[in-house]
Formats: sequence, C-alpha cells, structure tokens
Amino acid sequence: MKIQIKSNIALSDTGFVFNPASGDSFSVNPMGVEIIKHIKAEKSASEIVALLSEQFDADAITIEKDLYDFKQLLLRHQLADKA
Amino acid sequence: MKEQLTIAVSGLNNTDNPGPGIPVIRALRDWKGKDVRIIGISYDHLEPGLYMHDWVDKSYSVPYPSEGADNLLLRLEYIHQQEQLDFIFPNFDAELFTFIKLAPQLEKMGIRTLLPTLEQFDERHKYRLSEFGEKYGVNVPLSITLGSIHEVPKVMESFDFPVVVKGKFYEAYIAYNMEQVYSYCHKLQAKWGLPIIFQQFIQGNEYNVTALGDGNGTTIGAVPMRKQTITDKGKAWAGITLDDPQLLEMTHTLIAATKWKGGMELELIKDADGKLYIVEINPRFPAWVYLPVAAGQNMPAAAVRLAFGEEVAPFQSYDVGKMFVRYSWDNIVDLSDFQQIATLGEL
Repeated sequence: MKIQIKSNIALSDTGFVFNPASGDSFSVNPMGVEIIKHIKAEKSASEIVALLSEQFDADAITIEKDLYDFKQLLLRHQLADKA
Repeated sequence: MKEQLTIAVSGLNNTDNPGPGIPVIRALRDWKGKDVRIIGISYDHLEPGLYMHDWVDKSYSVPYPSEGADNLLLRLEYIHQQEQLDFIFPNFDAELFTFIKLAPQLEKMGIRTLLPTLEQFDERHKYRLSEFGEKYGVNVPLSITLGSIHEVPKVMESFDFPVVVKGKFYEAYIAYNMEQVYSYCHKLQAKWGLPIIFQQFIQGNEYNVTALGDGNGTTIGAVPMRKQTITDKGKAWAGITLDDPQLLEMTHTLIAATKWKGGMELELIKDADGKLYIVEINPRFPAWVYLPVAAGQNMPAAAVRLAFGEEVAPFQSYDVGKMFVRYSWDNIVDLSDFQQIATLGEL
C-alpha cells in the first residue's frame, strides 16, 4: 500500500506531529519520525524496510509489519492519503 | 478618530461559562496607538469583570433588557453623561435585540455600535436555521421548533435518535431516548422558556470560526478554531487555530450572502465525508475572541474602526497552531467594592 503524507502536516525532530486542518496533534517515537520522513521522501516500502532494519537493529519481517500498521494509523488519523 | 476612546463593554461574566467581555477588553487594550478607557456594564453584582480593575476602569450596573428598553436607555444616558461614551460593545445574546433597537438613539447621543441589522439578527436564530440554510444555500442540520412540549411525539417522527435538544438562547443536550427528550425539554423550558429546538444530530468533528463582517459583504477577519478541552457546559477551555480553507470559504460565502455587520461566531460540524454543516450562528464575538487577536487578527479593534467609518482592509493571515488554555483564579475582593456596586450601582 502506497501512501502520501498530507502536504500541510508538520513534523518536528522530537516527534510532534500536527495537523493544522483538524487541530489534532500526536507524539510519535523515533521510528515513527523516520517512517514519516521516508514516506515524505517518496521512498518505497521495501526501501523503508531496508533502511529501518539497518537503523533499528530489527528483522525485516517485524519492521514490515510495523510499517504496515503505522501507515494504517496515519490514514486513520487523516495525516496521509492513499497514493 | 480620537486618540483616546471611551468604550463600554458588557459580558463581564468571566466564569466557567464565560462572556466575551473581558477578552474583548483585552483585545481593545492591545490596540496599538490607541488609548482606551473601558467602562464595564453589568447585570449582576458578582460578574468577575467588575472586580478586575486592571482591565475595567469603571463599572455601572444596568437593568436587564427584560425590564424594558426605556429603562436601559435611561441608564445608558446617565452613564454617557458621566463618561462620554464613544462606543458600546454589547456581548450577551439576550441583550442584543434591545441594543439593535436602541442603536439609532445611541448614535444620536454620539455613541457608536457595530451590530447586525434586526433582519440579520432575526433570521439566524437557531429556531430558523432550516429556513436560513435554504435561503443562503448552506448545509444545516434539520431543525424543528417546538412551541409546546405537547408537540414532542409529532416532532420526533422526523428524527432518529440521538437528537439534539436546544434551548432558545443557550444550552444543548443530546438525547438518546424519549425519557431524556422530555427531561431536557422540561429543563430547558424552565430555564430559558419556549421555544425549544430539536436538531438532527450530525456525527463529526466540531469547529468554530470567529469572524467580522463590514456590512457590505466583505469579511474583514476570520479565524477557525477547534476546541481541545471543553467544560461540562460544552464551553471551550482550550483551543487551537486551524488552517482549513473549507471553514474559511464557508465563512466568506455566508458573510457575502448575508452582508453581515459586526462580529459573529459560526459553530460548524464536519461529517465523516467532509460535508460541512452550520449548526449555530452567534451574532457577536465569542469568549475565545482573544485567540484570533493573539494569532494576528484584532477583530474587536477593527470593529470599532469600522463603526467610525474608517477603511479597514481585510486581514490576510493568522498564525496557525496558536493555542489558548484558560485557567481559573481567585480574585480577592474587598467587601467595600461589592457594597459599592450593590448599593450605588457604580464601581
């Protein structure tokens, strides 16, 4: 599943995510920050999994599952649209 | 316009159900280059603003509008003799009708106002919301007005549960069954009288917009906000400014169509499909009006400038993500202050 982060979504380095259209704000962990940055940079799912596997010392299958779940969360909270 | 203005402001009830008076005063105090003397007008001796001497220079008790427009006018004439008022900001829904009627006489006395016309004020009443939506082509939830509680069974044929039961001026409850419907109707009738309004419940996120219209169809200012914390009365205790073009477009469309004059607050709900409904139009600035000021749009000051015939350019932007968080504070008051306002009607 390919998604795009909405253009107006603000993300800070500390993991604070703000949707200026709805007023909703969220805190994401360092892995969440990386995922959002990679999605914004239009990296494919497989590229993101490979990058995160290196960075976070976790196996690819676990990261792939986490990435899928996180994308669903981004869609549910209207922070992203399906591409 | 004079460099020093004397402005009377009502709505000093800075309680958990706050009036807009103190936030309006705060906005006027922020008006750069203008020296403003504030005269508080109050209906109750325990309105907190009466005792906020850093914000209110002098206060006067006034009779309730229900005691007659003539009595209110007499009192305003007296206050004007003492203070030479330049402008009055009425901030209570319940007093607006009387002030709109009195506006020409106030104008003759040299006191300006910036209020909607009687027609504008009347047609946006919550019990006329369906008619309003049809006239101006905006989405509104189905609303039916009850003149008597005996009409409940017939009216409920048009609604599914839950249904929103609203008072004439204030308060709204969501009823999930007939028992609750009757209970809320009796409660609202006892407090605010009839009519009572039944409104279709729209599932979605609630948004508010503070706006200012110049009376010719131009929106001078508009700032949307989402409540982040609400009190048990549904009042915002914290909120944040938003960047939502849909909310602004709805506001501009409405002000252009109605040629709205003065401050207003729109209450809107966006459903899951992104469809926007107007659920209420308040004909005055709301209690959170200082948030737009802090975000870059001093609408109360702009309203006074409009009333003095100045050319006021529409605000072009505001800070998105600006928040307000209210707090409560025990203001310590000498009995002599209370005694003075209670016995002499002045403080």
